Amino acid sequence: MEIPYTVQNRPDTGIYNAKLGVWLFLASEVMLFGGLFSAYVLLRVGAAPGDWPHGWLNVTLGTVNTLLLALSAITTLLAWAACKVREFGKFKFFHACTILLALTFLGIKSYEYHDKLTHYEAQLTNGKFADGHFVKESKDFNLAKKTGTITLHGHIVEDRKELVDLRSPVAKAAKHEEITIAATDIKKLGNYGPAHNTFTAIYFTLTGLHALHILGGTLVIFYLWGPGSRMWKTDPERFTNRIEVSGLFWHFVDLVWIFLFPVLYLT
Amino acid sequence: MSESEKPVSLQSYFRLCAVVFLVVVCTTSAMIGTSFSHLGEGWTLKVTLILAIAVVNAFLVAGYLMHLLSEKKLIYTVLGFTAFFFIGLLGLTVWATNGFPPGTVSH
Repeated sequence: MEIPYTVQNRPDTGIYNAKLGVWLFLASEVMLFGGLFSAYVLLRVGAAPGDWPHGWLNVTLGTVNTLLLALSAITTLLAWAACKVREFGKFKFFHACTILLALTFLGIKSYEYHDKLTHYEAQLTNGKFADGHFVKESKDFNLAKKTGTITLHGHIVEDRKELVDLRSPVAKAAKHEEITIAATDIKKLGNYGPAHNTFTAIYFTLTGLHALHILGGTLVIFYLWGPGSRMWKTDPERFTNRIEVSGLFWHFVDLVWIFLFPVLYLT
Repeated sequence: MSESEKPVSLQSYFRLCAVVFLVVVCTTSAMIGTSFSHLGEGWTLKVTLILAIAVVNAFLVAGYLMHLLSEKKLIYTVLGFTAFFFIGLLGLTVWATNGFPPGTVSH
């Protein structure tokens, strides 16, 4: 049985079925991300004054990722336009660019995650806080047994609030160096993973879900670029429509990032 | 006729994409500039401005790259419902921000 309206528009809707399908899917995606964005609003509005972190994320890397996604959205559009004008070679080139840009985005995101997961905050027994990136630990380091030492590259502060706003003059003036702390001096130790506080929790949830969308979109685009492109020889119009609907998904992923970047990195 | 049904010229798309990318670069720079500026006392004004710029950015992507400026009525209807429920979702969240059950103890 042949699937109807994969190329021709349905008379009642005025569009082909896959296009209506992808728009309905995107509508459900808006609600998915909308729920998480409202969770963000609730957490941020509910935070006590001075408790919401600022400057915790690398703006340069976020900007590079914004431009990479914008470029990939453009190469996706150009890949579809190349199909429309029957230039298969150009389609291959533009979609290869999209895949490379998407993989670079994911690489940068992984680096950012690694940076957060190796960043530690230690509450010390003297009431102070040590904050910095993991350098090394002694072989016998065991926090539960209170043995050994851990070395961080960072600084020690009297008040934990100094670690919240990294754009403040105090935080900017802080001198970072290697600090070796004995396990006996540590009351509590944790990295900047999702469990650190509500900011890191919503940061990892939102960007993690977005990264999964990037990964899924990349796999689809890779399929259409590679084995799926065989359809070009048998049914080029249907193939062009496939490129259009996958492109619509990719533009949506770009749209989500357009809001994630300012909300998490700039405010 | 929606954008995807019109005859396509690759050259005209190159021009469109160049303009869109240039505007994205400008709006991103404007957001970063606003974020690091000394506007207002707290974050309220800066957040408002940054989100307004992000909306412009999103309009460009949705309008030109997703061809939403010249789509079919059915798609606008679907998006109209989506916008209604999305705004309702955010509205309910903001409305419930200070709605604690009786007896809630805050620290």
